[in-house]
Amino acid sequence: MSEIVIKVKDLVKKFGNFVANDHLCFEVYKGEIFGFLGANGAGKTTAIKILCGLSKPTSGEINVAGFDAYHETEKIKKSIGYMSQKFSLYEDLTITENIRFYGGIYGLSAKEIKLRTADLLEKLNLTEAKDKLIKDLPLGWRQKLAFSVAILHQPKIVFLDEPTGGVDPITRRQFWNMIYEAAHNGITVFVTTHYMDEAEYCNRVSIMVDGKIAALDTPENLMKTFQVENMEKVFLKLARG
Amino acid sequence: MKRFKGFVIKEFYHIFRDYRTMVILFGMPFVQILIFGFAITNEIKNAGIAILDNSKDAVTQKITNKILSSDYFKLEKNLINYSEIEDNFRKGKIKEVIVFEHDFAKKLEKEKKAGIQIIADASDPNTASMLSSYTLSIINSYQQEMMKYQKFPMQIEPEVKMLYNEELKGVFMFVPGTITILLMLISAMMTSISITREKELGTMEVLLVSPLKPMQIIIGKVFPYIFIAFSIAIIILLMGFTVFGMPVQGNLLLLLGECLLFIIMALSLGIFISTLCKTQQIAMMISMFALMLPTILLSGFIFPIENMPVPLQILSNIVPTRWFIIIIKAILLKGVGIAYIWKETLVIAGMTVIFIGLSIKKFKVRLS
Repeated sequence: MSEIVIKVKDLVKKFGNFVANDHLCFEVYKGEIFGFLGANGAGKTTAIKILCGLSKPTSGEINVAGFDAYHETEKIKKSIGYMSQKFSLYEDLTITENIRFYGGIYGLSAKEIKLRTADLLEKLNLTEAKDKLIKDLPLGWRQKLAFSVAILHQPKIVFLDEPTGGVDPITRRQFWNMIYEAAHNGITVFVTTHYMDEAEYCNRVSIMVDGKIAALDTPENLMKTFQVENMEKVFLKLARG
Repeated sequence: MKRFKGFVIKEFYHIFRDYRTMVILFGMPFVQILIFGFAITNEIKNAGIAILDNSKDAVTQKITNKILSSDYFKLEKNLINYSEIEDNFRKGKIKEVIVFEHDFAKKLEKEKKAGIQIIADASDPNTASMLSSYTLSIINSYQQEMMKYQKFPMQIEPEVKMLYNEELKGVFMFVPGTITILLMLISAMMTSISITREKELGTMEVLLVSPLKPMQIIIGKVFPYIFIAFSIAIIILLMGFTVFGMPVQGNLLLLLGECLLFIIMALSLGIFISTLCKTQQIAMMISMFALMLPTILLSGFIFPIENMPVPLQILSNIVPTRWFIIIIKAILLKGVGIAYIWKETLVIAGMTVIFIGLSIKKFKVRLS
């Protein structure tokens, strides 16, 4: 097995009496696309917040990119990228200005930012549009750009929280191609989604039900175990209990 | 008709279930009636005055009693010599000084005339002109009463002096007021809106996940507004100076320093508001209603605080602009130094600390 980049053992998060995460245990490997599924309110967001260093766990051992989630959140933040379901670029800034800003907050030098901006624009075919405001771009382009910006600083892990919400099927497909490419380059992708076809694109999938991980395996094995032909049925079977 | 009825019922549900709208709908008229009814009266009651009686005879005593027995005035201090006048005005406790000349009664008897000097603090021109005219009419009526008993005509000659603002220019009042209101609104409203905008767009989440520290994010957000608000303060001062002849009697550096302190206070209030709100709209509403009204009505900008009923006077203490208007008027018009306004400065500094403390507390609760 390859290197472990996220290691979670007995993660518990309580809000008062409510247990949002109940003894979660899982490991994520380098370069893997790890699907993190669950119905709304199952505790996904809480777990992601802890993994990103935004929130402190109640108990358990959590290690992200080699750093401890209790005391080394600053170091974790430097080694990860993040893109949320809500749109994360500034609409009133141009493409280049957005890239420069994000590069800046992750501490890239002006030279590096310039180099990577040129690369990125060329790859996305956006060189001519580089001085356009984000609000003038179609949603699909924005989403792709947001993902590229989230991995601009070449993080070890990128967290994608429902990255393809509200996007058409073609763009979603293109978006997943970008995810594959990132994973191929050694970036671990931790993704949540509500689209079950997307779940099948993941290397491994965990499904959360009521704060617990109810299943964790490759999509093929999950379908075999539950004797169904697609992930949607796996999900429904688990979520309904 | 049935469809329409259903629609109207739905609309009422919207209104009744949104408690913010309810508070504004029913709270506003309530507050406005009370404030306009009680606070906003141009009548002056219990204005603090000082008397410098150089004569101390029966006549001056009678006039003094007559003046003090009216509801308008309240004796703060008996002065002994002229040099005390300026100092007492600077402290801001008194609005008017009445000076009787030496041998008042004797002169009145022998020369048939005697002089009274009325000195008013015209840094608030409306109050000053009203107080002086009250005083004049009391003196007049005393004179007429005397005439009934005396066969020969006699003359009390009042001389009115408007201190700090001889021409009673209204601009001397509204320049400090405008600076205060604009700084408050720009700083508090703009920061609260710009922070909530990042929350609404989801970019705040991205910033929080980044290696930036929350403190850096907040300071980075408010820094431009410090700059903008400060520039606006300078523009207003310059305009007041060049266009309206508004003097800057006091130390310019002290004035700018106090402006900066006030801006920082308003910014931290803006930050605090943004921790309470999820959307820009709510932030804007809170800033407008919670800041605009008290800033204009309860700050003493337009309506003197002394005239308000006691509960409103107490309430006005928590309005930050009240303190800043005192400071800025004192520096601009009276030319005082920090020794006279350290209390007000301390209040604003204290408010800054409180707002920042509350924001940090709110922020930590959200993270854990």
